[in-house]
Amino acid sequence: MSIDLKTIKHISKLSRISVDEQKAEKLAGDLNSIFEFIEKLNELNTDKVEPLTSVAETTLKFRSDEVKSENIREQIIKNSPEDNEDFFVVPKVVE
Amino acid sequence: MSDITTQSLTSLVNNIKNKKLSSEEVTQAFVDRSEKSKELNAYITEDFSNAINKAKKFDQNPNLDLKLPGIPMAVKDLFCTENIRTTAGSKILENFIPTYESTVTQNIWNEGAILLGKLNCDEFAMGSSNETSFYGNVQNPIDNGLVPGGSSGGSAAAVSGQLTPITIGTDTGGSIRQPASFTGTVGLKPTYGSCSRYGIVAFASSLDQAGPMAQNVEDCALLQEVISTYDKKDSTSIDFKRNDYSKELTKNIKGKKIGIPKEYRVEGMPKEIEDLWQKGIQYAKECGAEIIDISLPNTSYALPTYYIVAPAEASSNLARYDGVKYGFRAKGENLIDMYEKTRSEGFGAEVQRRIMIGTYVLSSGYYDAYYLKAQKVRKLIKNDFDEAYKKVDAILTPSTPSSAFKIGEKKDDPVSMYLNDIFTVPVNLAGLPAISIPAGHDASGYPLGLQIIGKAFKEQEILNVAYAMEDKINFKNKITDWWIK
Repeated sequence: MSIDLKTIKHISKLSRISVDEQKAEKLAGDLNSIFEFIEKLNELNTDKVEPLTSVAETTLKFRSDEVKSENIREQIIKNSPEDNEDFFVVPKVVE
Repeated sequence: MSDITTQSLTSLVNNIKNKKLSSEEVTQAFVDRSEKSKELNAYITEDFSNAINKAKKFDQNPNLDLKLPGIPMAVKDLFCTENIRTTAGSKILENFIPTYESTVTQNIWNEGAILLGKLNCDEFAMGSSNETSFYGNVQNPIDNGLVPGGSSGGSAAAVSGQLTPITIGTDTGGSIRQPASFTGTVGLKPTYGSCSRYGIVAFASSLDQAGPMAQNVEDCALLQEVISTYDKKDSTSIDFKRNDYSKELTKNIKGKKIGIPKEYRVEGMPKEIEDLWQKGIQYAKECGAEIIDISLPNTSYALPTYYIVAPAEASSNLARYDGVKYGFRAKGENLIDMYEKTRSEGFGAEVQRRIMIGTYVLSSGYYDAYYLKAQKVRKLIKNDFDEAYKKVDAILTPSTPSSAFKIGEKKDDPVSMYLNDIFTVPVNLAGLPAISIPAGHDASGYPLGLQIIGKAFKEQEILNVAYAMEDKINFKNKITDWWIK
């Protein structure tokens, strides 16, 4: 299997990371060598194996759905690159 | 006392409790040494003057019943610290000032410790050499031009170089144990669920664990006792009976069964690593342990599994960095363009590479072939350990397949960099605790570590084995202070 430039462009779009031609070529090279290494897993037959989704053999605890913190708007907005004191500001999305 | 920074944590705690030293004297000594150690590039953010003030305040009304009374401590810059910048080694969080504190660091301050500053690490903890940090690589105190390992490279260098008496790191695939091994220090990766992940910048949530990095096993046990708590804020935190790790520490490991997995004898492993392992087996026998040959047949599949699971989780976790809620934002022509430029300019090359791998293995048409496959192999790897632990109490292996390498040596070859974690990654996949202890030197005088892997929740067991072996090994780190200006 080989990851071509078209695939790189597709992944770049899915992951919202812009790549130019030069970066795409470098990434294709790197990803191909990494996937060559990953292909080793195909040696194993795992047809009858249950996938492991959590190492902890306990079920997650339930908790009641309660509001724990109130009036933290200021804290939430504090680190935003751009805000108008009440809301996060982003480039215009509706014409 | 001029030798304050050479003392162990335990001895500093005792000296403060016995009023032979004040918190201010201790804090000042570590601040002074840190100031002279800029060459190591161990810190991303310093908080020295605040630290001195807090120490003075502690001394005015000292609570000597605490476990870490007035002890200064620098921590990995992956832990959110309230009102202190937290970068995760990334440009994208260059100006991020958390409004809350991670549970693990809060536990530390609750026991009387004082923050010295935030320590350098690989960007989002993705790396094995500390070279992926936006804030520059860290120098290993062992020798000029040598990597300290990663991702907790700043933490390992700071303990080894005596800039902090002890510290905490995080370990997703070996990020505590590998740098501990490279710097001649002790590092413990606890059982998954032992330490809360609340407030730790997320990398791969099913693998990440915080743990202590120390000069010796006793100090390591003391800090583990402080940081390991059940926490409702982390839904994967586990409510189990935790030991008083430092009080229950014993060198008596007579009759303990220690497994030696034949699959860890990997092709191309340097002879000095094999020799170190044999020496370790000998020491364990001298301590009264019984050595048993075991098999972990799927070991060689651990690294490829890890390089599907970890990037998959990372690609999902790092989706939050969009230039809207916090962190760096690049200018864009529209919203999508802003997202794409922010992430392209804000993340470094290795982080982008891993997000891309993760996105690909989770994408439509590839999920079953990669992600589901990896989860199944992960099950096989865990089964291997379950099977082995029917016969043994702990497992002894080398920590890394080599000693520390030169800065730049492996930077352009991701796969060779990933191979560093060949002995540490299986432990994270299975969620087990493991400790790396310094056990010898290679021909260049660089430290080498041995890893002791335990059963889930049996931190006490591996701390005891490490404590007993540490005594026999009698390791002395060769630190020349070459960087001191």
